[in-house]
Amino acid sequence: MRRETVLALVLAVLSVVPFALKPYGIYLLSLWAVMTIAAIGLNLTLGYAGQVSLAQAAFVGIGAYSAALMTTHGWPLGAALVVAVALCFALGWLLGYPALRVAHHYLAFVTLSFGTLVFLVFRNEEWLTKGVYGISGIPRPVLFGWSTKAALDFYFFCLAALVLVAAGTWWLVRSPWGRAFTALRENPVRASSIGVDVRRYTLMAFAIGSALGGVAGVLYAPLVQFIEPGAFALGLSFNLLLMVIVGGSGRFLGPFLGAAVSVLLPEWLRFSEGLYLMLYALFVMALLAFCPAGLLGLKDLFLRKKLR
Amino acid sequence: MRPILEVSGLAKSFGGVAAVNGVSFEVRAGEILGLIGPNGSGKSTLFNCILGQLAPSSGEVRVDGRPITGMRPCDLNRLGISRTFQLLQVFPGISVRENLLLAGQEHQGSMWSRLLGPRDAGLARAAERMIELFRLGAVADQPAGSLSYGQQKLLDVAMAFMAGPRLVLLDEPAGGVNPTMLSGLRERLRAINESERATFVVIEHNMEFVMSLCTRVLVLAEGRVIAEGPPEAIRSNQTVIDAYLGS
Repeated sequence: MRRETVLALVLAVLSVVPFALKPYGIYLLSLWAVMTIAAIGLNLTLGYAGQVSLAQAAFVGIGAYSAALMTTHGWPLGAALVVAVALCFALGWLLGYPALRVAHHYLAFVTLSFGTLVFLVFRNEEWLTKGVYGISGIPRPVLFGWSTKAALDFYFFCLAALVLVAAGTWWLVRSPWGRAFTALRENPVRASSIGVDVRRYTLMAFAIGSALGGVAGVLYAPLVQFIEPGAFALGLSFNLLLMVIVGGSGRFLGPFLGAAVSVLLPEWLRFSEGLYLMLYALFVMALLAFCPAGLLGLKDLFLRKKLR
Repeated sequence: MRPILEVSGLAKSFGGVAAVNGVSFEVRAGEILGLIGPNGSGKSTLFNCILGQLAPSSGEVRVDGRPITGMRPCDLNRLGISRTFQLLQVFPGISVRENLLLAGQEHQGSMWSRLLGPRDAGLARAAERMIELFRLGAVADQPAGSLSYGQQKLLDVAMAFMAGPRLVLLDEPAGGVNPTMLSGLRERLRAINESERATFVVIEHNMEFVMSLCTRVLVLAEGRVIAEGPPEAIRSNQTVIDAYLGS
């Protein structure tokens, strides 16, 4: 089957399926779309450019708080999007500086500290964020007269955002920049010797990946309509990391599959009642033990077996 | 003729060990300078200091009379100075063709024009020429990591030439390349030297290769220059023979 056909089919399924779902199902699909956007951002930083970040939740949080604070004060969501993207881009750029000095697990710890710091700001700066009480009554946007208040409408809003982000990212990773990001991951010393400005591209990879985290946050706030700091703690960063790795790090479709596993699979396992989170954990452990390259790596494994 | 590269009093110590200990030499435009010496004599360290991968402890490097000490490798590369590596340094996960495009793309336009411009950065033909010149046609669309050692070595050299450099520092280009490929490599280096007026500095242990390719040879031992001259003179130089065999 051709790539375009597959893409059209997937989009058709994603457009039809929610009509058959209860509100909770629609909510989960919307959450999948939002988390996929955040994971696409992390995949750019980690998967393509090879910079480990455990701070993606912080950027989702910054996006969500920007949206919550601004829309509850009468600003449109579009304005919140601009602010969140600019803020996350700038902070992501700054967070990239340590990556110029340290790599791998050391970098993971630096970004982990940043994530903690941002979480503490959300929790302790009550004058701004209302601390642990959170912000409620976050409105859903009205676009050119189309109200996205109903779950189904808001789902289509998220899906459209995902399609736009995916198209932009596809274009980015296929541009010379994408090639330079890959060079950073595969061999930074060689990259610098052929003129790749390692500093600039590393900072750019962090900034763009973080900005996409912000975009996800701007959608997350009106999706759940109530946010509190706990949602953006380290757990979410690890979860996003899991989505990237489980889906297939450095592969375009990885975040889509990874987010599906992380958001939807636990729900499908609910038939086992109390055991569902344990089954989910076992599934992830088994997958990564047998196929460290993630779900998309399974395909290669299968193809290689067939060729033998 | 004015030297393209001037190295004066270059030194680099690691802890108490002086890997390069006050090396001075000049490279004239258009020549092929051989750099030989026993293992551990400081050849690769010297390259790394010239190219900004290591910060020299003291001394100066000039290109076209302009000091370049302390400049970043990527900026030096964009001045037209490129290099190959002793150990394999290609990008294993992307194809041979992509490796070549990558080696040229940062020399085209600005960062923003590269984002908005075409995927091949207008380098498809240049890459095709390199693929032809280094006979990599059969493997052009395979991941570089799947190539044989010798072919990866050739790709490494081809990448150094992608952006039409004026000065190329080659670190053991012949290592692990079979004899047939090797004579081909020599021919191609000579051809590029003549047609593009490119200047080379070549580190190599294969004496046959060095002596037949280079116009002048510099001998390093224990971080110092111990001899310099045309290949025939170096071959019979007693100091050089002692340094290699131990006196």
